[in-house]
Amino acid sequence: MRWVIKNVTLYGEGEPVDVALDDGVIAEIGPGLPGDEVLDATGCVLLPGFVDLHTHLREPGREDAETVDTGTQAAAAGGFTAVHAMANTTPVADTAGVVEQVWRLGQEHGRCDVFPVGAVTVGLEGKEMAELGTMADSAARVRVFSDDGKCVSDASLMRRALEYVKAFDGVIAQHAQEPRLTDGAQMNEGVNSSMLGLTGWPAVAEEAIIARDCLLAAHVGGRLHVCHLSTAGSVELIRWAKGKGWDVTAEVTPHHLFLTDDACCGYDPTFKVNPPLRTQADVDAVREGLADGTIDAVATDHAPHALEDKETEWGAAAMGMTGLETALGVVARTMVETGRLTWRQVAERMSETPARIGRLEGHGRPLAVGEPANVVVVDPAARWVVDPAAMASRSRNTPFAGEHLPARVRATFLRGTLTAREGKPT
Amino acid sequence: MNRHLLSASDLSLEDATLILDTAAEMATVKDRTVKKLPTLRGRTVVNLFFEDSTRTKTSFELAAKRLSADVINFAAKGSSVSKGETLKDTALTLEAMGTDAVVIRHSWSGAPVNLARIVRGSVVNAGDGTHEHPTQALLDAYTMREKLGRLEGLKVTIVGDILHSRVARSNVLLLRTLGADVTLVAPPTLLPVGVDAWPAEVSYDLDAVLPKSDVVMMLRVQRERMGAAYFPSAREYSRRYGLDVDRVRNLQDHAIVMHPGPMVRGMEIASEVADGLRSTIQDQVSNGVSVRMAVLYLLLGGSQSAIGSE
Repeated sequence: MRWVIKNVTLYGEGEPVDVALDDGVIAEIGPGLPGDEVLDATGCVLLPGFVDLHTHLREPGREDAETVDTGTQAAAAGGFTAVHAMANTTPVADTAGVVEQVWRLGQEHGRCDVFPVGAVTVGLEGKEMAELGTMADSAARVRVFSDDGKCVSDASLMRRALEYVKAFDGVIAQHAQEPRLTDGAQMNEGVNSSMLGLTGWPAVAEEAIIARDCLLAAHVGGRLHVCHLSTAGSVELIRWAKGKGWDVTAEVTPHHLFLTDDACCGYDPTFKVNPPLRTQADVDAVREGLADGTIDAVATDHAPHALEDKETEWGAAAMGMTGLETALGVVARTMVETGRLTWRQVAERMSETPARIGRLEGHGRPLAVGEPANVVVVDPAARWVVDPAAMASRSRNTPFAGEHLPARVRATFLRGTLTAREGKPT
Repeated sequence: MNRHLLSASDLSLEDATLILDTAAEMATVKDRTVKKLPTLRGRTVVNLFFEDSTRTKTSFELAAKRLSADVINFAAKGSSVSKGETLKDTALTLEAMGTDAVVIRHSWSGAPVNLARIVRGSVVNAGDGTHEHPTQALLDAYTMREKLGRLEGLKVTIVGDILHSRVARSNVLLLRTLGADVTLVAPPTLLPVGVDAWPAEVSYDLDAVLPKSDVVMMLRVQRERMGAAYFPSAREYSRRYGLDVDRVRNLQDHAIVMHPGPMVRGMEIASEVADGLRSTIQDQVSNGVSVRMAVLYLLLGGSQSAIGSE
């Protein structure tokens, strides 16, 4: 079927044009194009489909919280055409068998490409290196490796992992958290944690690991990606490492762009997340870092949890929040409407750069004739209210419930097939 | 007054003063032959204790019974809670049974706040994790006022494990509301990051602060903190931050010594000091019942006079 997106501006720049999608690719760009199906996109912006470097799909193991099916529906609804599924499933994605299973499930459901992340260490235990090369050579073609949820805290093991993955152009995505500095940690360490009587998660626990890992990456010539960077000090460290010319990239989550630890003051575990929500100074710094390119990408850290794991005391509650369906709105609100990013730059930070970090082919490509038709139509003027019950994700733990967000996904196309319309999966 | 007492910061100056004044009325009951008022007859108070605490539980139980309330003690240990039932389910169960107030002690900070979102009755925080213990702060304030005649302008020094102390947090908040000046004294490792923003002074030097203090409140220091390198040894802690006989000599004549209990004698406080003339430790326990009677009475909205004629 040939889709024609009428009257859309590419990257929000220039005069509106029509874009025809046919046979999985962008077939034509020009005025007055005919099509079998037509989407009137007057006032809308066309961007390459978003690529998430950091998604928890929970399958296998916690299908009550999310499945590849529901998670990729949420992804499509949020404008994503590719997601990286984190390895902390049950069983852990530390073998070719598990990553291939997850990859195939993504292919079968067909709404969004799923690229599994392989665990760095067996069982995320931080002791023995997992069979990274076998996962790289598998059908899932793994390039991103992470023990996310846990830090690869052993410096020697981290060094070897950074070295080893060079053989297949892999990257180690580090969850930067010094475990001894965060024993029992519940929220950002600062004024609010002192008053709330919750054990603090100090910024230095993130920054110390980032500093170490940048030096290790430089030493072995390896490729480091820093997951969900959350502090002002971390932004400075990445800026320093990039200034040295080292192969270091970093991501920030929408929630760290938007929320501060003031949100924790009512002990609502919806706001419990790892790394924790930080201070306004940190929020300002990560926004600035994302704007000036120090932070390369927005990644959701979409972390669905079953209701019973959140509807409990703060200390007993699971960490994490959903993010796929609100990422665009939060980025539009914090970065575009504030003049920090253009839509062209949003395309870089939510699609092109994460695709490059993950070494994906066919995603994050230019909007040009002959390129894969992985695109998202965004209505920047639309306003919507976040309703947890209306989400495609199986879980409801969004921190943005009731928030009025700008920018709505009008349509998402994966290789020319409509996967979501008006913020809902097809 | 709010429907719940979750934090000392819930109380305005008027609320706190009303509680202390009401507690003073309640205190007269214990001198009567029949130590019981009919005020809360027919009301049900549940003691929901997820953490062992004989003294606080007994104090609340006695307070509720002296007001003629029906009291249910629900100890979480050995109950369905230890079989995996959640706080929510426990709360809903109690709710279905029709309770007017829940007194909760919990090892997680914030659990009373979570509970207050579920139940319709009043929730009283009887100590949550390392967060707050507002009735302890009220009984401490009551004791200070009783002994020293005022709270406004009092110099109160709180010494010990501030980082892990719910008593310290509630006292700092309440005493600020009541116009006292609080100084916190501890080794730097036992003060929370962020303490600079608290409405209190901070010092690492006990000897410098003692001569200026009207009240010295010693907090328990758990020996297991040593294992986590908060300080090197009990002996060194005692030497630098313990209230011993020599240090007490530097206090002003009228100054009092308080301790919320349980004490570690010989660690943060010498036995001679704990049992000495300045010590208000027994008064605190006794005042605890009166203050908790006042809190339950006021939260449950007793419209009739609290104290009838005998």
